[in-house]
Order: sequence, then structure tokens, then C-alpha cells
Amino acid sequence: MAVSYYDVAVVGGGLVGVATAWGLAREGCRVVVLDEGDRAVRASRGNFALVWVQSKGLGLPEYAGWTIRSSNAWGGFAQTLKEETGLDVSFQRSGGFHLALSERELEARANILKRLHNQPGIVDYKTEIMDRGQVAKMLPDIGPEVVGGSFCPLDGHVNSLRLFRTLHTAIKARGVTYLPSHRVETITKDGGEFRLATEKGEIRAAKVALAAGNANMRLAPMVGLEAPMKPERGQIVVTERLRPFLNHPVVTLRQTDEGTVMIGDSKEESVDPAGLTLGVSATEAERAVRLFPLLANVNVVRTWSAIRVMTQDGFPIYDESETHPGAFTVCCHSGVTLAANHALTVAPMIARGALDTSLVAPFSARRFHVQAAG
Amino acid sequence: MYKRLAEAGTPVAITVDGKPISARAGDTVAAALIAAGIDHCRTTPVSGAPRAPYCLMGVCFECLVTVDGVGSRQGCLMPVRDGMTVETQTGKREAGR
Repeated sequence: MAVSYYDVAVVGGGLVGVATAWGLAREGCRVVVLDEGDRAVRASRGNFALVWVQSKGLGLPEYAGWTIRSSNAWGGFAQTLKEETGLDVSFQRSGGFHLALSERELEARANILKRLHNQPGIVDYKTEIMDRGQVAKMLPDIGPEVVGGSFCPLDGHVNSLRLFRTLHTAIKARGVTYLPSHRVETITKDGGEFRLATEKGEIRAAKVALAAGNANMRLAPMVGLEAPMKPERGQIVVTERLRPFLNHPVVTLRQTDEGTVMIGDSKEESVDPAGLTLGVSATEAERAVRLFPLLANVNVVRTWSAIRVMTQDGFPIYDESETHPGAFTVCCHSGVTLAANHALTVAPMIARGALDTSLVAPFSARRFHVQAAG
Repeated sequence: MYKRLAEAGTPVAITVDGKPISARAGDTVAAALIAAGIDHCRTTPVSGAPRAPYCLMGVCFECLVTVDGVGSRQGCLMPVRDGMTVETQTGKREAGR
């Protein structure tokens, strides 16, 4: 049975929440994860599963460094999870591509990377522009329209549904209390402890970590924090299982360890999680066939839409409340890529009760006020 | 196990894995495989277990075969044609065929 008092209550049982909870449990904290039920709009069940570095950090160079830190930690993170659970999340860091179907696209890509690398304080993550011949050596099945692309050796991918399952298995093994159907309605601080009112009763904890994705927007102001979000919808098309042909993930297309090909990366303003825009799927599929013509006759077995967790400027938010000490936000779009950081870097900070500003100060939501004032 | 109806259609020549079998006009590929006594048409991409046509109405996807070089066709939804080449599938399909 669940006890009613904890060191830390993590709000949100998606990838960000469970990665944080696992890290907290490793630090010896008594942790409860408060989650919604099976009908939750859950990005962790719909994402594209890249552990991705290239393109990250334009506009906030520290985000590139933060992403590389997680990418570098991912191998060890996956290995530890395997030792604890026996489950392999199939992390592969084979390097990834962004492919261009015209000289104009390639030039635009090169310009973005140039602007990114010209920022002061940026960590060089060795993304290189390749011509068609160089790309074809690594991706022999590209179509005739592919003129080149950018390649970053740090990019990789995982099986993200298995990652989700593995982290849930791992927190259970470490004694974390997981409470589904406990949507948090209100959070108040009473004396030294937080009281979290849920549809199934009250939970008390010394600290609170808000890891509820887009719902952080609703929850953060209850504890003197803010999380300005801008959810958007993405769609994914999945093929039948194929023999391995793609050794490197492409930002819009990857072959999973199980053989299916996932095609994605669309963006729509709609936040209806049940809707699907067929034109968007068709465009994704058409582009996939131009990149890899051998996909032309392959059967599509699934397609879905999912709501992206997205902050208003796309960068993560990590904060500790000034008015409600002990309340933290752990909020970001890239819950897969940054899972290693949340487990191994952010969770220990929360366990100690203070964020390490030398690492996460650039990601405070205070930056939104600067922009508004400017 | 299966017996053709007396009023089965006229003969149609198809091959399965290179071997000629005698199908009848009006047969689906799946029906022709069953009538020829072929006990499985593919192995699964996950466990490699053998699979044979099952629902015969386009729902179960057990009867996937390669037809005229294109993989993972539903045999129960394709009428046989003279000269058709059918291949059984092993495990995961190869992209591009």
C-alpha cells in the first residue's frame, strides 16, 4: 500500500517524470509519481524516439551543450537500465542525417548550421555538410533527388516505447510508488510540506517536481513557477517490418530495431489528439519515398497523431520556486534525448534541494520576461 | 482436407516458388495455395513461425505472399491470373520488393 508522505512527489508519469523519479530514487529519496489514467494525452507514447543533437541550440547556445551532455551520457544510462531491468532499449548512436532534396534545401541547411556554430559559447558538435556521393556511401538506398545532407556523429535513436516501459519497470524495482489516475488538481504548501489534491485523495511530500509536460502550464503557477507552453501536433506513419536497410536515422525517417520504418516530423497547430490530417501523412510518405524509393511499395501498418510537449521558445525549463522552496519544474520538448540528463543530472539536484545554476541557469523561465520586455 | 466444387472454373497457370500449380479461374491466390496443398505461405517477421491463409476475407493478414515481385500482398484479396508468379515469404520483407 502507498504511504501518504514522500520526500518528492513527481507530477507526471511520462518519460520526463519517470526518468526524474528513477534518478531521485537512486539518490535515496522516497518518491511518488502521480499520473493521469490510460486516457492521458501522452507524448511518451507517440514520439519519434530520436536521441538528437544536430540543429539544437540556435537562439540558446547553452542548449547545444546541455543536449550533448545527455547524448554523451545516454550509452551508460541505457546500460544501467539494462542491468536493473533486463530490458534493452536499443540505444544506437550511429550518427544521424538531415537530407536535402534540392540544392536550395541543402543551402538552407548549411546556413542554419553556420548560424548555429557562429553563436558565442557554442560547443562544436561536428555536424558536417556532405554531398550526394558522401551520403550515398553511408546510405546506399537514397533516391536520385537527394543532393546531400548534414551528418552529426552524435545523433542516435532508441526504441522509445520500450524506454517508457523500462523506466516504469526500473522505478518499480527501486521502490518508487506509482499512482495512476491521480491527476493533480491543486498544489498548496502548508508549513514545510506540499499538499497535492488528486481525484483520489491528497498526497503530501516535502518537495514537488513538475514533470507534467504541457500541463505544467496549469500546475506551475500554483507553486510560484511558470511554464509557458505552445503544444503542437505531429503525425507519424509506420510501415510493416522490413529487413534492415537504413544504418543511420534521418531526422524525418528511421528504421527501428524491430524493422518497422517510422516516418514523421510534421507540425500542426491543432491540439486535438484524436484527429489525423490525411494530407499531412501523405506528404510525409511522399517525401519518404523520394528520399528512399525502395519504400514505394511498402505497406503502412499504423499511423497516429500525438501532441508535442513544447515550451513557447522550444527550449527546456528548469526552475526552483522562490515563493515555494522545494518546488521544481522539469519541462522540455525532448524527453527522449534529455532522459539521461533528467535521470543523472537534474534528479540529483532536486534531491539536494537546489538546482546547480552553473548548468541550468540558462533554462529558467525568467528568460520569457526578458523577451517580453524587449 | 479441402475439395474443389464440381463447378470450379477453367484452369489458370501460376507458379509458387518457381513450381507450376494448377489454379482455377475465380480462385484467389490464397485459395489456390490451399487447393494445391501448400501448408504455409510465409514465416513471421517476429518469431519465424509458419503462417497459412486463415480468415480469407482480408482481415487477418496471415496470407501475405510476394506476387509478381511485390512483397506482402494479401493473397486472399487477389484473383489468380495466367502467368502469375507467387513466392512464399521468409521473415521480414525486403524493402524494394
